[in-house]
Amino acid sequence: MTAADASTRIRERFGVEAVMADGVLSVVLPRERWQEFGRVAREELGCAYFNWLSAVDWKDQGLEVLCRVENLDARLVVMMRTRLVAGEARCPTLTHLWRGADWMERECYDMFGIVFEGHPDLRRILLSEGWEGHPLRKDYAVDTPFTPYR
Amino acid sequence: MNTQTQVVELGYGGNERLMLNMGPQHPSSHGVFRMILTLAGETVVAVDAVIGYLHRCHEKLGETLTYAQYPSIASKTDYVAAMTAELAYVSAVERVGKIEVPKRAQYLRVIAAELQRIASHCLWLGTWCLDMGGAIGGGSTVFLYCMREREMILDRFEELTGARLLYGFHQVGGTRYDVPAGWDTKVRATGDFMEKRIDEYEAMLEGNAFFLVRTQGVGVISRELAQEVGVVGPLIRGSGVNYDVRRAEPYSSYRDFDFRVPVETAGDCYARYRVRMVEFRESIRIIRQALDGLPDGPISSRPGVKSVGQVRVPKGEGYARVEGPRGEVGCYLVSDGGPKPYRLKWRGASFTNLAVLPHIIPGHKVADVVAIMGSVDPVFGEVDR
Repeated sequence: MTAADASTRIRERFGVEAVMADGVLSVVLPRERWQEFGRVAREELGCAYFNWLSAVDWKDQGLEVLCRVENLDARLVVMMRTRLVAGEARCPTLTHLWRGADWMERECYDMFGIVFEGHPDLRRILLSEGWEGHPLRKDYAVDTPFTPYR
Repeated sequence: MNTQTQVVELGYGGNERLMLNMGPQHPSSHGVFRMILTLAGETVVAVDAVIGYLHRCHEKLGETLTYAQYPSIASKTDYVAAMTAELAYVSAVERVGKIEVPKRAQYLRVIAAELQRIASHCLWLGTWCLDMGGAIGGGSTVFLYCMREREMILDRFEELTGARLLYGFHQVGGTRYDVPAGWDTKVRATGDFMEKRIDEYEAMLEGNAFFLVRTQGVGVISRELAQEVGVVGPLIRGSGVNYDVRRAEPYSSYRDFDFRVPVETAGDCYARYRVRMVEFRESIRIIRQALDGLPDGPISSRPGVKSVGQVRVPKGEGYARVEGPRGEVGCYLVSDGGPKPYRLKWRGASFTNLAVLPHIIPGHKVADVVAIMGSVDPVFGEVDR
């Protein structure tokens, strides 16, 4: 499976153009096809290695979820990206495809407040249970008070 | 007096479950980590790992510091391998900013990174053997031996940077320090000395039946699980996956050097131990080659960090990764063209390596939990960031 083969297959199946930059195949997906693409990446493109999942807060343009998976044998790197509508922080889970998505999605929920629908155990992972807010959101000030610590 | 032995039935039916808290202050975690174990007798049936005790919100901090300020903070994510943590961040900035690094600086980075790998593996081997108990190498012998050798590397780092733990050696565009006079001779001597010591460690451990029983067949990570969870470094290579960032995506002139990437297929604690023992020797080989071929020239393409000039990074994004002692360490950086990153994501090796524990511990005895956790070699600064 080369990057060119993967691009062709993605175009045929999803009607989106995969962009190759810096050795990474970026695919921008609508949220509804997130899991479907995940399955294709896992089963057809052979991306067994789950590298990381995270998000970027684009303020009034919504949150963007990024997920990097790789086929280590073919050296194929796929970056899945989806933009969530502003004010709506919900994204389907990938935990049923890669077990590594478990902790990564929990961290993403903790930091950005994105609810991964279908995650078996979505709770905070780095911050304490009673924490208010999600620190990596751009509207979360660095000096937000938190008693008794600050 | 009745000398017959009396057997007292305690009424243990086998269905009772005991919840046991291991940590957050357990000596074997070498950090702050809590595992909530569910036990049936002495066998673990479920694990809930609780992390975050060392969380300092590095990613938010990265958004508030300039590209020149952050590298010295980056070393505090993985404080046992500060050199590679810094390298991951400056590599990401260089990738997004399209900043060239002179050849000499690339070689110096390789030397520093490989010395760091040896130092980090020393700490891992010593503490792991200490955790597994007195039968291995006579109490704390292996631990003290390893600390003694690690000390030699820290001395080399002190001569190079003035610091022994958190170095601030890397800067965007190159390195901050050049090698002092006579340093290469000392590094070569350290390498030669280390090589002999590694033979000693191996003889001490592999000839020890207790060590073999406690590591072979314990904590097996399958090839599939390793990739799915995204474990990296000696863990994924111990599970039969030939994945090393130095090979998969060579950075910093790693293409110039001849070295072997050890791969073991068993996936147990012993396989991970073997991978690291070979890496010790390969690191020494790389250091020798880098010292032999060290080119002349500038050590940075940018002025030193003390100068006022800002690092200019155009709008864009990129992910750069390096192979640390614990595996792939990477930074995903988004720049909006300003003096600070718009978003910084740390992909820590220890985070994913630790995430495999709930999958492999069930079915083992409590004593094995310590051996398995030690073989993962987690650094909690990097897990919690």
